[in-house]
Amino acid sequence: MNAVLLSGLLGVVMMFASFLFKTKAPVRMLAILGILLLLVVNILESKGVRLFHLNTTGFLSFSSYALFFNSIAIACTLVYFLISSKDMQKAGNHYAEYFALIFFILTGIFLVTSFTNLLMLFLGIEIISIPLYILTGAAKKDLKSNEAALKYLLMGAFSTGIMLLGIAFIYGATGTFEIANMNIAGLAKSNLLTAGMLLLLFSMCFKVSVAPFHFWTPDVYDGAPTVFTSFMATVVKVGIFAGFLHLFYSGFETVAVQWKLWLAILAALTLFVGNITAVFQQSVKRMLAYSSIAQAGFMLFALVALNETGHEGLLLYAIAYSLATIGIFGVIAKMTDYSFDGFNGLATHQPLVALCVTIFMLSLAGIPLSAGFLAKFYMLKAVIQSGDYLWLVIFGVLMAAVSAYYYFRVIQAMYFKQGPNHFSGISSFEKYVLVGICILIVFTGLFPNVIFSWLYF
Amino acid sequence: MIALLLILVPLVSGLATFLIKKEEQVRTWSLLAAIITFIIAILGVAVYTTNWTFRADWMGLLNSSFSLKGDGMGIMLCLLTALCYPVIFLSTWTTAYKKVNNFFGLMLLAQAGLMGVFLAMDALLFYFFWELALIPVYFICSQWGGEKRIAVTFKFFIYTFIGSLLMLVGILYVYSHTPGHSFDIEAFYKSGLSMKEQTWLFWLFFIAFAVKMPIFPFHTWQPDTYQQSPTAATMVLSALMVKMGVLGLLRWLLPVFPIASYLNGDTISLLAVTGIIYASLIAMRQDDMKRLVAYSSIAHIGLMCAAVFAEDKSALQGTMIQMFSHGINILGMWMVVAIIERKFGTVKISALGGIAQKAPALTFFFVIIAFANIALPLTNAFIGEFLMFKGILGSKVSQNGIWIMAAAGVGIILGAVYTLRMGRKVFFGETNTLTEKGTDIAFHEKALLIIIIGAILIVGIYPQPFLNAVDQTSQSILKNSDVLPMLMKQKH
Repeated sequence: MNAVLLSGLLGVVMMFASFLFKTKAPVRMLAILGILLLLVVNILESKGVRLFHLNTTGFLSFSSYALFFNSIAIACTLVYFLISSKDMQKAGNHYAEYFALIFFILTGIFLVTSFTNLLMLFLGIEIISIPLYILTGAAKKDLKSNEAALKYLLMGAFSTGIMLLGIAFIYGATGTFEIANMNIAGLAKSNLLTAGMLLLLFSMCFKVSVAPFHFWTPDVYDGAPTVFTSFMATVVKVGIFAGFLHLFYSGFETVAVQWKLWLAILAALTLFVGNITAVFQQSVKRMLAYSSIAQAGFMLFALVALNETGHEGLLLYAIAYSLATIGIFGVIAKMTDYSFDGFNGLATHQPLVALCVTIFMLSLAGIPLSAGFLAKFYMLKAVIQSGDYLWLVIFGVLMAAVSAYYYFRVIQAMYFKQGPNHFSGISSFEKYVLVGICILIVFTGLFPNVIFSWLYF
Repeated sequence: MIALLLILVPLVSGLATFLIKKEEQVRTWSLLAAIITFIIAILGVAVYTTNWTFRADWMGLLNSSFSLKGDGMGIMLCLLTALCYPVIFLSTWTTAYKKVNNFFGLMLLAQAGLMGVFLAMDALLFYFFWELALIPVYFICSQWGGEKRIAVTFKFFIYTFIGSLLMLVGILYVYSHTPGHSFDIEAFYKSGLSMKEQTWLFWLFFIAFAVKMPIFPFHTWQPDTYQQSPTAATMVLSALMVKMGVLGLLRWLLPVFPIASYLNGDTISLLAVTGIIYASLIAMRQDDMKRLVAYSSIAHIGLMCAAVFAEDKSALQGTMIQMFSHGINILGMWMVVAIIERKFGTVKISALGGIAQKAPALTFFFVIIAFANIALPLTNAFIGEFLMFKGILGSKVSQNGIWIMAAAGVGIILGAVYTLRMGRKVFFGETNTLTEKGTDIAFHEKALLIIIIGAILIVGIYPQPFLNAVDQTSQSILKNSDVLPMLMKQKH
């Protein structure tokens, strides 16, 4: 509860910050301090210290898993602020407002990770979506950004409608919005419930860009200002994923037979479409958009498995994927050429940056000693433990091998090819942040115990 | 402790190498590191023979531990790795590299990975080292290789990466079926999987190992990669990395999936002998010495693979000895090829000739290495191949031992044909304009080749210590992969 209220509050504070401060630097400092404060209060709450005593029974319940997930989301946002907050100035004129919107999005994520009521889920998803539409269109003079925002808004509104319809169906079948009171097992044969569940499934799939509901993703990610793509593709995506898992694990687990096969097929399709399309991209930014679709396929494994390992895997995935992607987008935002050729010879011009990008790419490709490997490892382990869908596991690793192809193209371009410098310079602080992310990635890959000991103890 | 040091020394010194700026210092430092590793290995073999076990907690939640142990086979391969590295560094001492610190750093990291693979007794750890050995070599080959290096190395990388990922699925599946969910090798041996499970898991593991060795039809990456890689990397790949695959078969495949190994044994042997004959025939038509050696390596590895699936004690002993010998022989072969390339600027067989007149010492060394390559008596390869043939013929699990042996025998004869043909065309006959100005090799090259020849002859003349060293290992592998009691259990 601490974090939900505080982040909403911080959003309002940031809105007024643009009146208070004339220059950009204090705004940035305020945002970073705010996010640090948010992290502290959220960790306090997971240690049992509650700042606000509100009765949220029937609406929200903050399990240790949800709180830990929130901490990850906040920490990733902190990293994101540290690396990208300067580049946000390039996106448009409303600097402070961008931070405000991001804090609102975080509020939505906190609701989505800990709802016990379908209405809260809907609210959370909307609180996440609407600021995202604005951020996508932040570059007002840029046609591509406008197009992306409009597309996103139309498609997003449509999927929200489907979600509402699904919730209404479920309400019709069960007579309640509260997950705990639904007694779904007793209604296993209800067509209304099945239809509602599938509609919810599809609309959630849209939000996390699972194929075949992914068509908006490349355009939106490509069109949006790079700094915001970074946030959208990482924190937002894994946040909604946590809600997705929460919904289907605590809500519809008892009737898993009805939707699990659908989900497995969707996961396979997502892996296939994401990876195969990413292979043919010429722009690194677009490649990352498709790779984020592909990674969503792996995150779906947690839903297919529906066990403890899957939950842990999603946590690791959230850390590994978000950190690496934020890092890469942080670098891309400073590039003048987004194509693979733009990376040619980066190792000669910027050896340290190239090394960091290499580690991010290795992590995304799932090479051992990185967090990305462990995340994939947990996902595979989860599905294997659940016993079914071994074909999905084998298909998944084959697709992971395909993904190595396009991640390594970046490494090849940086190290084995030569080209002019397309990198517009980086401050030494941002370099430290990049190195810090790399250390975090490798550390998580080597000692996941530390992460999980925070979760369990 | 020895086991840990063998990994730590190359790892730490490799990481340190990246930070050194001066070229001379880089070379000296990495050579020093390689020699220290070698001394540690020798100490481990000679003095601290009981000190090859190390165990530390790591990833406790997953029941995976940092568990290292040197059994006979592991110790021998570590010794081979430790011996090869200084020789490789010295024999390519004068080769110029851009960013020399990165090159040597990656080489040492690859050594750490290799040592880890040979010593790891925990499936997850094994997988980690398996990949750790691959990544540096990938970078070395694509940065410092020949013209077509990027595409060729990438193919190599994707092949092996697919293989390892499939193995990862297999590892996870076995893990979830072990008593008490553990990655420990002993737990893997006790997994008690059904025949059906074993059959498909077997292939997941086998493909990973088959790509690495390589076994026909997974070999297509190999000749290109050997040809395009810088010589030092080719030496590491062919002398050491292919042994990862054979070791995988012996340690992780046969005992973990005994029933499937029993059932698929003949299929694999068929693939292996097909590879032997196929590679030998192609080797006969090669004009490029590097490609010839690459194909000859496929043939030799194929024989080892067939011998592994004979599941016979002398075949396994022969395989292990041959792993060591093949490493030495092919290293010697590459050294000769590298010297020729350095002196004459080409490795085209048709462009060379009559080198013997100008470089008698080089020719002498080449002839001995060639003899070892075709397994003449008194050379090391004879011991290994003899034992392997004996084992294949006397195999209790295969009814077709005689046919496999006959086919492999044809491969050996072909091996003699192409090796001697290469020798005749390159070293003997008349000199031409290119080889006329040739000179003989220098003292340090002689010294290095003498080490190789020494290793060839010692194992060839007095193999008993080596046989003793691998005796225990081969017996325990056979004990774990004895199928008869398990088949009985499955029936009831």
